[in-house]
Amino acid sequence: MTQDALCFHFDVDGNNFVSAGEASVQVKKLLRQMGFSPELIRRVSIAMYEGEINMVIHAGGGEADICVDQNKVTVTLSDHGKGIADIALAMQEGYSTAPENIRALGFGAGMGLPNMKRYADNMDIQSTVGEGTTILMEFFVGE
Amino acid sequence: MEYTHSVSLDRDKCKGCTNCLKRCPTEAIRIRDGHAVIDPRHCIDCGECIRVCPYKAKTAIFDKWEDMDHDKYLIALPAPSFFGQFAKLYDADYLVSALLEAGFSDVFEVAKAAEIITEYTRRYMKRADVPRPVISSACPVIVRLISLRFPLLCDHVMTMMPPIELAGKMARERAKLQHPELDDEDIKTVFISPCPAKVSWVKNTAEGEKSPVDYCVSMSDMYFRVLGVMNKPSNPERGSESGMIGMSWASTGGESSALMNDRYLAADGIENVIRVLDEIETGRFQGLEFVELNACNGGCVGGVMTVENPYIARVRLQTLRRYLPVSRNRLPADAPKKADEVPANMFTVVPLQYRNTQMLDEDRMTSIRKMQQIEQILETLPALDCGSCGAPSCRAFAEDIVKGEANEMQCIVRMREHLQKLLEQEREGSEKE
Repeated sequence: MTQDALCFHFDVDGNNFVSAGEASVQVKKLLRQMGFSPELIRRVSIAMYEGEINMVIHAGGGEADICVDQNKVTVTLSDHGKGIADIALAMQEGYSTAPENIRALGFGAGMGLPNMKRYADNMDIQSTVGEGTTILMEFFVGE
Repeated sequence: MEYTHSVSLDRDKCKGCTNCLKRCPTEAIRIRDGHAVIDPRHCIDCGECIRVCPYKAKTAIFDKWEDMDHDKYLIALPAPSFFGQFAKLYDADYLVSALLEAGFSDVFEVAKAAEIITEYTRRYMKRADVPRPVISSACPVIVRLISLRFPLLCDHVMTMMPPIELAGKMARERAKLQHPELDDEDIKTVFISPCPAKVSWVKNTAEGEKSPVDYCVSMSDMYFRVLGVMNKPSNPERGSESGMIGMSWASTGGESSALMNDRYLAADGIENVIRVLDEIETGRFQGLEFVELNACNGGCVGGVMTVENPYIARVRLQTLRRYLPVSRNRLPADAPKKADEVPANMFTVVPLQYRNTQMLDEDRMTSIRKMQQIEQILETLPALDCGSCGAPSCRAFAEDIVKGEANEMQCIVRMREHLQKLLEQEREGSEKE
């Protein structure tokens, strides 16, 4: 049985570091209302939070689109930032290009992308230097 | 088990305005038929609605001094924040004797029990098997909030018994030791509370368990009773038995700083607290060991049943603490010798459990479909969040419509559009004639 997926759209404000992470808080609430398990909600919200922070630190913000159906939650994060030159390198734990002032806040440990990969069941990164990055993550509900 | 609340509404006084509606942090209030209605499934007894109601229609349910059986051996359990309420209190001893003078048979300060909880918390923090950060269970509003909204943090809540419960137990034990002739039934403990949430906590102890606290009286009620006797010059016969640490629990940061570990976070004010919990749940704060959260601004000194301004009370307590020993209560002689061991009877019977009260439907398919409907209805609403429909926001209103608890025409903006349309049709009709 299929049905149209239910989608939510969020703008991630790149100028306001304090508000980074707000979209994942809202998504968490929506998923709770739809009765998803705490474990799935944890994976989605942590991965999405990491992605949101990345967009704010590296790309001056972007957009988050979340689609939900019976079996899976899909998170698409897209930005028009500087892009990732070497995706394999960026995926390595501990590798970070975050500036010093961001590190001072406790970010930039080089764990963002690896954590997203760890918590998502599928992850795909499309990036073009100078144009931007789109990350697609899928989370299966399982039983 | 049905959860008993201690915030209630005086229907005659309620005008049906939107003040409480907009301030309720869990969106538990709706205005129906011109009056506020509190949904007990979502209410966390924080008392915000009592604070903001301009008509004093929201009240906290407390036991009254007059209603107590004064032939019993009554033991006062004053909260640490009580000591910050009095302008001319230069020594905690005077308040203790004033309570005795006012008619209590004994006084057992909650701050005494708090010092023991602090000792045990230090031990608990040495355990490697508890998830970090450990969240304090002292504020009952926070504990209930986490059980309703933060599934991933439930096992972070330290299920150690809160200071009031320990104070009640120890007070009873002491009374029986000093007066072996007394039966259990002859001893009644009376908590002097800064907030309604503590009352709910006392009324909602685990099934089959009897709370060691028998009555809860409001701090403002006891304040006036004690004030009269306190102003008389006297030589206090019985002194306070608390130190700096116990007294410091009255305001935010007191409980944490006593743990001698700087990797803590102490926050207060219900909105701030919710933000902090969201961030902890997302893993925002790495390396954090302990979290102390208080629903009221300033901590317990900001409780809705206090008399004095919380910031004044806080400084008064600081003055009172200045010449006190660091702590005056040690672990009992039979406490376990191991440095990280806490006796099992210091923990509550049931660990904190998550209850999803926000779920739209038991069936996920139906939930998703309902969410779709909510989104569709939301598009047609004005996004003013004015509250005139009786729901706190347009989103909450859309949810209510889908749940069958409201209908679209309760939105005054939608209603006006509807009337406009009818008028235009009418006019067109008459022009044709």
